Amino acid sequence: MVGVRANKAHRDERFALIVLVTCSGIFVVAIALILGFLAFSGTRLFFHDHVSPFEFLFSTNWDGLGGHFGAAPFIVGSLIATGFAILVGGPLGVAIGVFFSELAPKRVADAMKPAIEVLVGIPSVVYGWLGLTVLVPLIGSIFHTGGDGLLAAGIVLSIMILPTVISLSEDALRVVPDSMREGSAALGATRWETISRVLVPSAKSGLAVAVILGIARAIGETLAVQLVLGNAPVFVTSLLRPASALTSEIVMDMGDAPDGTAFQHALFSMAFLLLLIAMGLILLIRFALRKRT
Amino acid sequence: MIQTPDATSLHDKMNVVDLDVFYGNFQAIKKGNLAVPDHRVMALIGPSGCGKSTFIRALNRMHDLTPGARVEGTITLDGTDIYAPDIDPVTVRHRIGMVFQRPNPFPKSIFENVVYGPKIHGEKNAKRLLEIAEKSLRAAALWDEVKDRLNRSALDLSGGQQQRLCIARVLAVEPEVILMDEPASALDPIATSKIEDLIGELKKKYTVIIVTHSMQQAARISDFTTFFLLGELIEVGTTSDIFTRPKDKRTEDYITGRYG
Repeated sequence: MVGVRANKAHRDERFALIVLVTCSGIFVVAIALILGFLAFSGTRLFFHDHVSPFEFLFSTNWDGLGGHFGAAPFIVGSLIATGFAILVGGPLGVAIGVFFSELAPKRVADAMKPAIEVLVGIPSVVYGWLGLTVLVPLIGSIFHTGGDGLLAAGIVLSIMILPTVISLSEDALRVVPDSMREGSAALGATRWETISRVLVPSAKSGLAVAVILGIARAIGETLAVQLVLGNAPVFVTSLLRPASALTSEIVMDMGDAPDGTAFQHALFSMAFLLLLIAMGLILLIRFALRKRT
Repeated sequence: MIQTPDATSLHDKMNVVDLDVFYGNFQAIKKGNLAVPDHRVMALIGPSGCGKSTFIRALNRMHDLTPGARVEGTITLDGTDIYAPDIDPVTVRHRIGMVFQRPNPFPKSIFENVVYGPKIHGEKNAKRLLEIAEKSLRAAALWDEVKDRLNRSALDLSGGQQQRLCIARVLAVEPEVILMDEPASALDPIATSKIEDLIGELKKKYTVIIVTHSMQQAARISDFTTFFLLGELIEVGTTSDIFTRPKDKRTEDYITGRYG
């Protein structure tokens, strides 16, 4: 009897293992295919159409139908909008996360948590629409401009990544054991000293994940950015002038770029570049964290 | 109030008068009274759940951190009520250090762990911090084991070393009283005996109050012993009296092993 049961348990375990390995295998293959396809299509512009990567990265002349593929305005536009969002939304999100985890009364924190998680799931078109109808006119009236541009995009992205950063920062701090809080308090530390010197450093890899996911959301955001950016394929001269980003420009141009043309390949190159930038930023943060430990 | 026998000639470092501690509606300590003599080791013993940890945590206002916990009564340190409205709990914890049941080093280097307290209390001089670190680690009998790797993570140390590091960390802020909540319960016998030797050294400079579930440990290291049962302080006396001539039937039952 025991032998039969053990056999069955053994079979079940093998079956579960096979299912799990198959699922993760499919996932890995799918990701590899996407990466491979992007890498192949994204470099056709250079290998097939013989456009110099140097021109693609540094020229500001973008005229897809005319055969000029300088993507610098969009690269810089994307970097500025994302950088703005991270510099504003990152610290602010972490600070609010710290507040909810460590300082807010438990009842307030418990009530806010689901609310913030709902905000994470709000479609970006909503943020973009609010940006377009509220923020852009506001900026326009303050600075006497059209209102659309990188400042509007940066603000919309900052607000958009906040719920993600807040929610994950709060989680990261909550998993720091209470023994750390007690140990610090027992040495005569104030609440603020405990937060800044023990809790935040203890939670730093979790906080980094919060910021990384914020970056990922910001760099890849298309619709919200497109709605408030003004979409002018020109090099950035002011945060208050219409500009364009890698994501929004792909959407703007994809209808005009026929299959197999250099124009289309240039758009693929931009998509591939987005991926590289996102990966680069993430690796940068991971590296910065590792160096400090 | 229970007087501590043979302590009449000793100065009372801390005095607890009519202490009640509640968690919500549950009363964990009932009218606790205790005088803690200066420069001695006071052991708190009793079965699990009898309130000894709750009691010791009241002595440095750790319950302030626990939502729902309420402390009533008076606790004095050198005659000053540590729960008085004008007293900052942070100052109290500066003067009354605590070592916890499980070693809880911060995820920082060994050096940074030791100088954490001095740094937050304003010491910035690097040379001075190094002196404090060496002195504290020596006092915690850890210096020789870690002097070559002060910048390594404290989490790489063994459990026993981590606990001595936590003691060094407390010594570095130069408290007057050290509270220990079963400091050896998570350690192996060798590490335990090192901690016990250390406690014997500590009482020369500090007043030590230690919670322990081990009667043997209380007998080995303490000068005075308090027996707790169901939230009440049943009996206080010199350790030899408590273990050889207990006055209360319940104390006798416990030390002779009739309470598990």
